[in-house]
Amino acid sequence: MIEVENLTKRYGPTLAVSDVTFRVEKGEILGFLGPNGAGKTTTMRVITGYLPASEGKVRVAGYDVHDAPLEAKKRIGYLPETPPVYPDMTVAEYLSFVARIKGVAGREVKQRVDGVSERCAIADVQRRQIGKLSKGYRQRVGLAQALIHNPDVLVLDEPTAGLDPKQIIETRELIKGLAGQHTVVLSTHILPEVSKTCQRVVVINAGKIAAVGTPHELTHRLAGYESVLVTVEGPAPEIMDKLQRVSGVNMVEPREAHDSMVTLEVHAEKGNDVRAELARSVVESRWKLLELRTSGMSLEDIFLKLTTKDLSEEKTS
Amino acid sequence: MRNILAVAGKELRAYFHSPIAYLVMTVYSALCGFFFFSFMATYVVQTFRMQAMGGMGAPPMNLNEYIVRPLLEGILTVVLLLLIPLITMRLYAEEKRSGTIELLLTSPLTDLQIILGKFLGAFALYLVLILLTALYVSLLFLYGNPNGKPMLAGLLGMLLFGGALLALGMWISTFTKNQIIAGSVGMAAFLLLYVLDWASSYSNGAVGRVLSYMALTTHFDNFAKGVIDLSDVVYYASVIVLGIFLTGRSVEALKGRS
Repeated sequence: MIEVENLTKRYGPTLAVSDVTFRVEKGEILGFLGPNGAGKTTTMRVITGYLPASEGKVRVAGYDVHDAPLEAKKRIGYLPETPPVYPDMTVAEYLSFVARIKGVAGREVKQRVDGVSERCAIADVQRRQIGKLSKGYRQRVGLAQALIHNPDVLVLDEPTAGLDPKQIIETRELIKGLAGQHTVVLSTHILPEVSKTCQRVVVINAGKIAAVGTPHELTHRLAGYESVLVTVEGPAPEIMDKLQRVSGVNMVEPREAHDSMVTLEVHAEKGNDVRAELARSVVESRWKLLELRTSGMSLEDIFLKLTTKDLSEEKTS
Repeated sequence: MRNILAVAGKELRAYFHSPIAYLVMTVYSALCGFFFFSFMATYVVQTFRMQAMGGMGAPPMNLNEYIVRPLLEGILTVVLLLLIPLITMRLYAEEKRSGTIELLLTSPLTDLQIILGKFLGAFALYLVLILLTALYVSLLFLYGNPNGKPMLAGLLGMLLFGGALLALGMWISTFTKNQIIAGSVGMAAFLLLYVLDWASSYSNGAVGRVLSYMALTTHFDNFAKGVIDLSDVVYYASVIVLGIFLTGRSVEALKGRS
């Protein structure tokens, strides 16, 4: 549903996002996890068409956000970090305005506004001015705004930031309820958030993708092992089989495959550098070793920079 | 068109949700009222004086010449140069400050639709000001016998002049998040475009003529007299188009940066 290919974004000389590639399948909730300043917001802004990419392609529901921006934007609901609300308007006025500019037909506007207010639990404040609402309500108005045209894709930037514990739980429930009918990408710098809401996680750090996997896999990885990425030209099954037998290697997982090239992720025990052994066994078998590297900064280092405390848990303790 | 109207409606509503519309309307009608009163009083005194002197064969005084024309010129040069920046300053600055620009730019709208919507919204408030002027002018019809046709030229002039200032003010508003900066730069720029005309009084060469041509107010003289000159219409129309075009470029640049 969302395809991001080799996305790079520069602000002048500063590199905000570098060569990021990932996909989000239909109906999935993908978490975008990373410390502050990792490039989450920039990536989301490119996906929503707010910023142009410096390099690379982004397709939403099959439409390139650069070449067919209007078609792509019709299918995206976007909640930026601060809800884009007009404080002088009432909730109902605001939502009808958003419905109109998102292309909802005139006679359906009222019904959509009511439906989405119901869904986001803001029906009771429809006549109130947005500027006078609490932060939690305002956030929900923002979410309602993103949902109003019933988009295929929802992009939510830090949807629970600044909410109190009860509101966080409610917002998470709401987002989980969206899976299936909508494809959701949400960003967060709070580690427990992803395991509670997301089915798959992209960990991003300093503008680069550090890891991709289910929350379970990532926790497993965090438990401690070294990971090496190997790119080899040769028959994939045999290569995997061979590398599996190198001493110290626990697991070999395919990451990417192009033509005759395959990229594998090799897991080894912590503190055990298997790179030399891996290289030797590939060369021995007369396959072409194209690349061999540790997968950059270890997840652990990145996770240290994340917020590990979950506000919604504080209440119970 | 539907999208443009949705944005325009939102803008117009925003003016009336905030004190801005009321402030602009109040200041405008107060100043306009004082101008009208002064010109009217002068006219009345002059008339009495002429009657006392028995006319002396002079042609009767003309309402258009003595009230409508100075009123239009006064309104435009002083009032609108100061008030239009108050209308345009929020157009983009406020969206940038509150982050709602992100909503607009990620909606399935083209930049031009957003710009035209904002322009029309601001223009609608400006129409309300013109209506207020019409209120004063209608008093002349009620108690006097002015000529209506030249006033139509004046009305067209007001529409064009206001449109030009609104388009330029909107462009200035794209540069900052701060409404006060947008407003004061707008005032300074408009004032400069007004006084450019002075160049013609000390320079007769090409420079003087060009500067004087560029001045916003020189092109209004004919309209105030009740004359529609195509070159004046073209001038204002080009300024409007230029303002909208520059706003578009500026919004484009806005997206490139952050």
